Amino acid sequence: MPGGLTLNHFLVLSLIVFAMGLFCVMSRRNAIGILMGVELILNSANINYLAFAFYGGGRYDGQIFTIFVIMLAAAEAVVGLAIVLAIYQDLRTIDVDATETLSG
Amino acid sequence: MVAQAIFYLLALLTVGSSAVVAFSRNIVHSTFALLGAFMGVVGIYVLLAADFVAMVQLLVYVGGILVLTIFAVMLTQGIADVTISNRAVARAPALVISAVAAAVMIFAVFKTPWHQGAKVMVGPTTYGIGNAFLDTYALPFELASIVLLAALIGAVVISRPIDRRAQEQ
Amino acid sequence: MQPHLFVGFIRWIVLLPLAGAAINFLLGPWIQRKLGKGAIGLIGCGVVLGAFAIAVMAFFRMIALEPNHRFMLDDLWLWMNIGGMKLDIAFWLDPLSMVMTLIITGVGGVIHIYSTGYMHDDASFWRFFGWLNLFTFAMLTLVLGDNLWLMFVGWEGVGLCSFALIGFWHKVLANTVAGNKAFIVNRVGDWAFVIALYSLYWGLSSVGHPTLVTREVAQWAHLLAGKPGYLGLSLVSFITLLMFIGATGKSAQIPLYVWLPDAMAGPTPVSALIHAATMVTAGIYMACRLNFLFSMAPDTMLVVATVGSLTAFFAATIGVAQNDIKKVLAYSTVSQLGYMFTAVGVGAYAAGVFHLMTHAFFKACLFLGSGSVIHAMGGEQDMRKMGGLRKHMPITFYTFLAATFAICGFPPFSGFMSKDEILLQAFAHGHQFIWALTYGAAGLTAFYMFRQVYMTFFGEFRGTHEQEHHLHESPPSMSGVLIILGVLSVIGGVVMLPGFVADFKPFERFLEPVFSSEFTRRVTEVPITHTTELTFSTLAIIMAVAGWFVADLMYRREVLSPERFASLFGGELYRVILNKYYIDEIYQAAIVNPYLMLCRAAAWFDANVIDGIVNLAAAITVFISWLSGLFDAWVVDGLVNLTSNVTLDFGGRVRRLQTGSINGYLYAILAGVMFILLVRAMLRV
Repeated sequence: MPGGLTLNHFLVLSLIVFAMGLFCVMSRRNAIGILMGVELILNSANINYLAFAFYGGGRYDGQIFTIFVIMLAAAEAVVGLAIVLAIYQDLRTIDVDATETLSG
Repeated sequence: MVAQAIFYLLALLTVGSSAVVAFSRNIVHSTFALLGAFMGVVGIYVLLAADFVAMVQLLVYVGGILVLTIFAVMLTQGIADVTISNRAVARAPALVISAVAAAVMIFAVFKTPWHQGAKVMVGPTTYGIGNAFLDTYALPFELASIVLLAALIGAVVISRPIDRRAQEQ
Repeated sequence: MQPHLFVGFIRWIVLLPLAGAAINFLLGPWIQRKLGKGAIGLIGCGVVLGAFAIAVMAFFRMIALEPNHRFMLDDLWLWMNIGGMKLDIAFWLDPLSMVMTLIITGVGGVIHIYSTGYMHDDASFWRFFGWLNLFTFAMLTLVLGDNLWLMFVGWEGVGLCSFALIGFWHKVLANTVAGNKAFIVNRVGDWAFVIALYSLYWGLSSVGHPTLVTREVAQWAHLLAGKPGYLGLSLVSFITLLMFIGATGKSAQIPLYVWLPDAMAGPTPVSALIHAATMVTAGIYMACRLNFLFSMAPDTMLVVATVGSLTAFFAATIGVAQNDIKKVLAYSTVSQLGYMFTAVGVGAYAAGVFHLMTHAFFKACLFLGSGSVIHAMGGEQDMRKMGGLRKHMPITFYTFLAATFAICGFPPFSGFMSKDEILLQAFAHGHQFIWALTYGAAGLTAFYMFRQVYMTFFGEFRGTHEQEHHLHESPPSMSGVLIILGVLSVIGGVVMLPGFVADFKPFERFLEPVFSSEFTRRVTEVPITHTTELTFSTLAIIMAVAGWFVADLMYRREVLSPERFASLFGGELYRVILNKYYIDEIYQAAIVNPYLMLCRAAAWFDANVIDGIVNLAAAITVFISWLSGLFDAWVVDGLVNLTSNVTLDFGGRVRRLQTGSINGYLYAILAGVMFILLVRAMLRV
């Protein structure tokens, strides 16, 4: 094991980042803030993928999935931010509590 | 020892920046802290022998998504006003839930006997990833390009200024 | 089976008039507007004359054959194949149908030409020629059809065309009434004819030869001899009697002749073509065509001869008192058709067909001559308002006179040959009474025909000044046709000369193969000496001269006053004859009125009883519907409303979960994930 680091080191790091992202998503009312939380969660997942790939026998699948996740995150960010800008044009705010027109 | 030191430094950068992202009352601060978090994660990737993925992370996240986010923040009004720009409600229950979730999963991590391979990944990985993309993952790779195209068109359509008169008709 | 030749061009005789009818009906208005009436006339006449040319070609082809092989067949396609009866659309040309085809297309063709002049001022010129062409087609189908059903198709087709052409000027109610009358009276005969065909088919089936193809019927008819039929008659008698009833309808014999005088409502060329020269002879043609059947039934033959001679005499007496120029000719036609049936009835088929042909010539000439007169008189048909027309219309006069001599039977005109042959044959076959009737009718014929000639063409003009000023000879298209038919009336009889003049009877020999069945031979052949023949010819001439003489005294020299004869027996006899023996009134009282009463009774029954039942049923239905409606409103709708209310209520409650708050959704997702993890962890344990 390089330099005494184990799989658990990376998993715990990723979980801490995940918890930060979760808290961010749950507590924010700003749409952009929520999107940032989502990016943190995605990053923690990527760390997991790469850690398992590294310790799991030297196969490329984990790394390839990471690339797909990054690609989807880019798409998500683009569309998400476009939606945010559209909402802003319409409502002059990006507070998610204001966007309740679909509520039952 | 050196590796452990580097890991802990990078972990500190990542977690600290994430904490600023999550807890800051100013959206601009959050946005710039996101840069630190991404950079820390890039370091972690390198430590995990994922050189190609680290470069992709740097290019896409830092060069693309982050810049986009900053644009979005700047294009929306009232960023200077802390209470408006990054309002947060019900922080205590969210904090508790997040902490409990993290604690449960960390507990699970330590309790699980992870299967580990005999050898670890060694770089460089670009050759192998390229082969895999054009071989085993050819179809998902092509699908991904379609998804990106759709996202591109979708973003253009959504963010276009709405023509009120056309809508009423 | 008669040996026959397959000839492919016969179909064009039939199809050309059909093509003409199709063009005139479908494109007629357009052609008339764009190209004028001349084009319509050209098409209408062209197709018939084309058919005539083909018929002439077929005639020369036929006489080149051996006399007993003069049969030609043109088989087009299988028409129907039902229960062993296999019928083709096929045309059968034998000497008999050859003669008929030549008459129809030849006389028909010149009448078409005449019509171009006569109908020139009519707006529906195209319609007239369409119907004329269609009539020619139907008549040729009747004549040439190789089976009895195809013949029946033509039989009905000519009836339809006759109906349409009688009522051609349909804006006058009387014309359409006359057309209806013709159609309905014919229907009575057609009913009998159809039953005859079914019976014939049934009879032939029972002897193992289910067929209605005419030549096959001829081949197997002898098997029907002795088979019992209905009403105490033998089967053959039953069938032929019914066929004769059909013929009385189509050929205007007692008791179904009443439509023909009324049919004069149609344009005069129609009267000439359909109601004198061709269609009305269909019954005679049918009887001759099925001569082998009629010959097998002596009782039917007697009925035919009796009815024919009675009709001949009876119609002639009515003709004496008519004042309408066309009505006289109409009754004359009925009378002459009676002669033909007399010939058929006594077994002189060839004589009947011969008279049919000469009659077609001279009666067409007479009708067209009367048409020419009517044309000149501006539509006037009453002979009492004519007179002296000889000077104004010489061609019409001389052709009319020639045809009159022909119909009266003066030698050497064509009528002399044919009518005397019938009289002679009637006597030679031992029917003295029938001979006496027809002999008397011959005198009456001469009387009323010369009466007509004198009233129309001699003396002083009795019409208005305006009419007199308007008098003129008809255009060449009409007068030319009159000349052709006049010449034919004169010389048409040379194909069958009386035996004492010369032994020259090519017409009879030409037809011989048709009348060669065993039974027909038995009834036709009677020995006649030249002396007898000469005697009867002399008697006939004496009778004709007598009729002429009386007419001359009454209407030209006016020595005898017709009124004196009219007032004989207190004027009753004259009044009865003038009113056509009140036959129409009797029919009206005996058949039409009871029928109308029956209709009214049925209508009353319908209005009160049937409608009552229907209304009751309707009321019951309404009541049941009301009950059903209640059930629907309370039970069915209740269930439906219950379902919808429950759904609405439930939806209203569930809707509150949809808060629109993203954080709320996040909590829910997280709770869900946690729950799943918890469950999994517990299951793992």
